[in-house]
Amino acid sequence: MAEPTASGETLVNVSDLKMHFPIYKGLFRRKVGDVKAVDGLSFDIRRGETLGLVGESGCGKSTTGRAVLRLYDPTHGTVSFEGTDVAHLSLEELRKIRPRMQMIFQDPQACLNPRMTVGAIIAEPLIEHESMSKEEREDRVVDLLNAVGLNPAYINRYPHEFSGGQRQRIGIARALALDPDFIVCDEPIAALDVSIQAQVVNLLEDLQKERGLTYLFISHDLSMVRHIADRVAVMYLGKIMELAPRETLFSDPQHPYTKALLSAVPVADPKIEATRERTILKGDVPSPSNPPAGCVFCTRCPIAEKKCFTVAPEWRELNPDQFVACHLA
Amino acid sequence: MDGAKYISTVNHPIEEPIEDKAVLDVRNLETVFRTQDGDVHAVNDVSFSLRPGELLGIVGESGSGKSVTMMSLLKLLAMPPAEIVGGSVNFGGQDLLSLSLKDLRAIRGGDIGFIFQDPMTSLNPVFTVGYQLMEPLRTHLGMDKKAARQRAVELLELVGIPSASERLRDFPHQFSGGMRQRVMIAIALACDPKVLIADEPTTALDVTVQAQIIEIIKDLRQKLGMAIVWITHDLGVVAGIADRVAVMYGGQIVEYADVDRLYEDPRHPYTKALLQTLPSHGDERDERLVSIPGQAPNLKGPLKACPFAPRCSSVFDKCWTANPPSFDVSINQKSACWLEESNG
Repeated sequence: MAEPTASGETLVNVSDLKMHFPIYKGLFRRKVGDVKAVDGLSFDIRRGETLGLVGESGCGKSTTGRAVLRLYDPTHGTVSFEGTDVAHLSLEELRKIRPRMQMIFQDPQACLNPRMTVGAIIAEPLIEHESMSKEEREDRVVDLLNAVGLNPAYINRYPHEFSGGQRQRIGIARALALDPDFIVCDEPIAALDVSIQAQVVNLLEDLQKERGLTYLFISHDLSMVRHIADRVAVMYLGKIMELAPRETLFSDPQHPYTKALLSAVPVADPKIEATRERTILKGDVPSPSNPPAGCVFCTRCPIAEKKCFTVAPEWRELNPDQFVACHLA
Repeated sequence: MDGAKYISTVNHPIEEPIEDKAVLDVRNLETVFRTQDGDVHAVNDVSFSLRPGELLGIVGESGSGKSVTMMSLLKLLAMPPAEIVGGSVNFGGQDLLSLSLKDLRAIRGGDIGFIFQDPMTSLNPVFTVGYQLMEPLRTHLGMDKKAARQRAVELLELVGIPSASERLRDFPHQFSGGMRQRVMIAIALACDPKVLIADEPTTALDVTVQAQIIEIIKDLRQKLGMAIVWITHDLGVVAGIADRVAVMYGGQIVEYADVDRLYEDPRHPYTKALLQTLPSHGDERDERLVSIPGQAPNLKGPLKACPFAPRCSSVFDKCWTANPPSFDVSINQKSACWLEESNG
């Protein structure tokens, strides 16, 4: 299944990416600090693979996805897409590269314009970026609807006439319209019911195989990421804690946060649930506007030592292809 | 009946019929929403009972009627449009559905505690957490301010909120999501309820915080010995905490079984399908996820056929002609499926 990664060629390279949002306070709206949503990420996405990005709410995973597509202007760092630094392109040049990188959003209700028909929603990127005749465009939309498993007869219906799963398919069709290489999937199944989630995940996998797509799959659902991703990055408070191939990450996690996160996921089997050991983390995630000195995880880490509270751990390759940011791993 | 051999293997053997000794016994509950487009039958003939100290998990997808069922018990629904058209809810010898609003109010938040899904919208933003904690203590238990405050501090400590006495003065927005849910639990527990109804209490929370809340509930259950109804859509959460599980679909309970039985030998095609859709947690990755084709049922109009029939892989003629009643598969397992008819 993991065959598409065989090329090993880097499609997207993210280097020391930082995304800080300023906080303004007081009568004169003076800048009093930054929310460090993403604070120094470096990773590669290889052509044809699915990189899973997991973490709890507020850890900066969605911000990362958006910054990679330059929906935000990153504060620092580079995002190179096939060697082009997307983070510093002029808007004109950016527009030329945009068709190749697309996004699927979390809430299929909110990301579709309720006053546009499905046909118009899917055709919009084609009007923006391609010079097609009306007939060509219509044919393309019908092809896309077929590709995502929607009946082309629904082309003139409005989003509210569809169920959640179907709406997500419309979002996927729109993302595919310009035949992109790279798609950021931001929690594409979080708003769907269990029985529908599987349908959408299967669709994403089929499309990947057919079209050689590369995914950055952002999710908080570890069991789904375990299914779909080739490699997985675990984020905490704006930083990546661990990045490893799927099997390694789930069978032999090295970072204490990864271990705790994996042990917190409930397993749908009463026998396993009754016997397995859990690491219950204490407390809450600290505020990203005032992250702890040293390792960001030190305040909740069950094995933290003195050093962890003062020195930030470096990002190192512990085993081939397994990267960890921890002094003690 | 191949079920008999399993009985000895469950952790909490049940030899007697479930209905005896129940703290809460719901029979044939039916709730209808009268809308402009016609009646929506949200709860159809739901029966279950809760023994003292038991944790009953209610599992189902959105729109399956889990929350409406629980809200119906205490008439927490806006009526109209909702209308409870049938059934009885026996709690401590009285039928909750026939009680006056005044009597019902004495039970809500008193003997029956409720935890709602979203701790931000269910706490009042303009009152301090302390005020909201003390309110049930003063109304239900008639405590004076000083005693109520003391008890409120105890409750916050019980659910693991640090420096509890200072935090009483804080407003809900000053708490994180996990902390707010703890406050909700503390409020629900304030009057020592006999029954605690938790409606998706961890759905809005992160997994590590969810693990914390589940630990707290497990711990409190042992300390306080109340019965709990835990509504969720997460089959994993239920596997870890429930004694028995009711699976809901189309506004009715399609399967009702001991937790071990349900995961080991699910009988209803919907339960089977639901368990299969989950990605496996073993080392091997599934080639492809199993999905349930089709959509959730439309509940307009009374059910004249099995609501799962259009999506069911083992559907046969009879499924389209009548809605199956609940058949006993064994003492500890019921399934509303025509396939079980010969067993019943």
